[in-house]
Amino acid sequence: MSRATRLTATATALAGAMAMTACAGGGSSDTSTTSSSSGAQATDAAKVSGTISLYGYSVAKTAYDKVIPGFTSGGAGQGVQFQQSYGASGDQSRKVAAGAPADVVSFSVEPDITRLVKAGLVSADWNASATKGIPFGSVVTIVVRKGNPKGIHDWDDLLKPGINVVTPNPFSSGSAKWNLLAPYAVKSDGGTNPAAGLAYLSSLITGHVHVQPGSGREATETFLQGTGDVLLSYEDEAIAAVRAGDPVEYVTPPQTFKIENPVAVVTKAKNPTAAKAFVDYLFTPTAQKLFAEAGFRPVDPTVAAAYAKDFPAPQKLWTIADLGGWASVDKDLFTKDTGKVAVIYDKATK
Amino acid sequence: MTATASAGLAGGTHVSPAEPRPGPDSLVPHHAPPAQRPSRGRPYATGLVTLWLSVVVLLPLAALAVTSTEDGWGGFWSALTAPSALAALRVTVLVSAVVALLNAVMGTLIAWVLVRDDFPGKGLVNVLIDLPFALPTIVASIVLLSLYGPDSPIHVHFNATRYGLVVALAFVTLPFVVRSVQPVLIEADKEVEEAAASLGAGGVTIFRRVILPTLAPAMISGTGLAFARAIGEFGSVVLIGGNIPRHTQVASQYIQQQIEIDQPVNAAVISVALLVIAFATLFLLRIASSRSLRRETAS
Repeated sequence: MSRATRLTATATALAGAMAMTACAGGGSSDTSTTSSSSGAQATDAAKVSGTISLYGYSVAKTAYDKVIPGFTSGGAGQGVQFQQSYGASGDQSRKVAAGAPADVVSFSVEPDITRLVKAGLVSADWNASATKGIPFGSVVTIVVRKGNPKGIHDWDDLLKPGINVVTPNPFSSGSAKWNLLAPYAVKSDGGTNPAAGLAYLSSLITGHVHVQPGSGREATETFLQGTGDVLLSYEDEAIAAVRAGDPVEYVTPPQTFKIENPVAVVTKAKNPTAAKAFVDYLFTPTAQKLFAEAGFRPVDPTVAAAYAKDFPAPQKLWTIADLGGWASVDKDLFTKDTGKVAVIYDKATK
Repeated sequence: MTATASAGLAGGTHVSPAEPRPGPDSLVPHHAPPAQRPSRGRPYATGLVTLWLSVVVLLPLAALAVTSTEDGWGGFWSALTAPSALAALRVTVLVSAVVALLNAVMGTLIAWVLVRDDFPGKGLVNVLIDLPFALPTIVASIVLLSLYGPDSPIHVHFNATRYGLVVALAFVTLPFVVRSVQPVLIEADKEVEEAAASLGAGGVTIFRRVILPTLAPAMISGTGLAFARAIGEFGSVVLIGGNIPRHTQVASQYIQQQIEIDQPVNAAVISVALLVIAFATLFLLRIASSRSLRRETAS
């Protein structure tokens, strides 16, 4: 009886919902066709114009605040308008996959782009070029309170009793994945001894991580508002905090991890010409310099050499390639419910 | 049947502008017509209200309920009883209850002062009471963060503590009790209090036996509304609360987190739990206030 009533209720609700989505579907597809055709006319009229909708990961805002004016004030993108949205990398990726109207996506980690490739929204060869679709990056650093009162210098110091570590939630944040991969790579010697790496992560997450901010930006806010002794973050985010005069400093441990932040054009972009032009611009020396000035490590070797003193090279910089690439790392460690790190995190935060 | 329906139909569409005029005339002397009119007179209005309520309230709630049971009842139960989910609900209800009680006392006091006392700037205070209603709640959060946050000018740090939650929620729920008690207090017959005093009752007795019974229904409903508002509050706690799981993370923050980490079912389950709590609160409130109203009219 109760099952029957529940079924009827479900059916009624479903019918209602279907009717509503049917209406909504009709409406939105109408508007999207008209707006895309008008967009096409606009791109025909002028070479690069119109609006670019950019979906970025939270911390990237610091970079685009410098790079977008560089694009729109220079010759290439003059007059182009930007619609920017920033948030947790995974969350942003899921929004675009669910139909958010993006032209360009700039995520923290490759799997967030892979999701869009699977959804047919980013072309499969997005990272086939020499630059691999990575216009900028960073390294994982340890941010501490000014004067480093707890004496944090290396990964082992995080496991000292009573140390409270702030790092975002790996199920929404790309930053969180980098932050956990860094000590994992160090402790497992580049993945050759996974058990040692996981043992470190287990004691870190279980004993020292008490908050779960959604994104890298939120983690910084949480730390700056007084929670925790240590913040794991991007070097660029640490640089931005120090430059903003926040009472923090950062330590880059002798061994850490190379962060590579991918960018791609969305295939269903309403303004593909401008989107492509913008992504191409990101790799030009002008844009690379702007990234470097914003605290992000440039990929252009000449520019990188010019800014070498701002970005000291650690003793050993592990990369995602050392661990076997994102496809296998993400599946092995971060898959929901089965990934090894996912299981540790779930158990600690349930 | 059809005749009445078409008559009602005609009344609804064409005659309605002229209707208000005979309406009041017939209303005043005998009470028979108005008893029938609401049930038959406006089929369109009733239909429209039903449709509107369905589309705006019932359908979304049904969709939420369906989402929450997407993984079956076992999934519903395990999402509801996940320790961090239970902790978030516990924190929410606990802090909201404290805030509601705080409001019951302070709100009544404020209403009392505003009605019975005269002081310069009373009009301004009266306007100030409504400010938390009009103010975007995130603004409340920023205001509190700048006062009680890490850079506190008065060196009081409520950031990421339950005190912070209480302060934030007390701020946004301030008007509820004040605004429901105030009109009752204005209407209240002061002579009854004077009579009680002349018969030798002390201040406490007058308050307990004369004033409190009059105000109780309004206090209860104001407190209940404050509670119901507090359990769903998000904007005002988002900055000052700290969002620390099992400590200061409230249910609305837990829901947002579950959405961000792509666990919509968990989010829906906790939403349903909040909904049930809010509904139960409003339901108990109805019973309590009608009962105390009845007791008052009986005495």
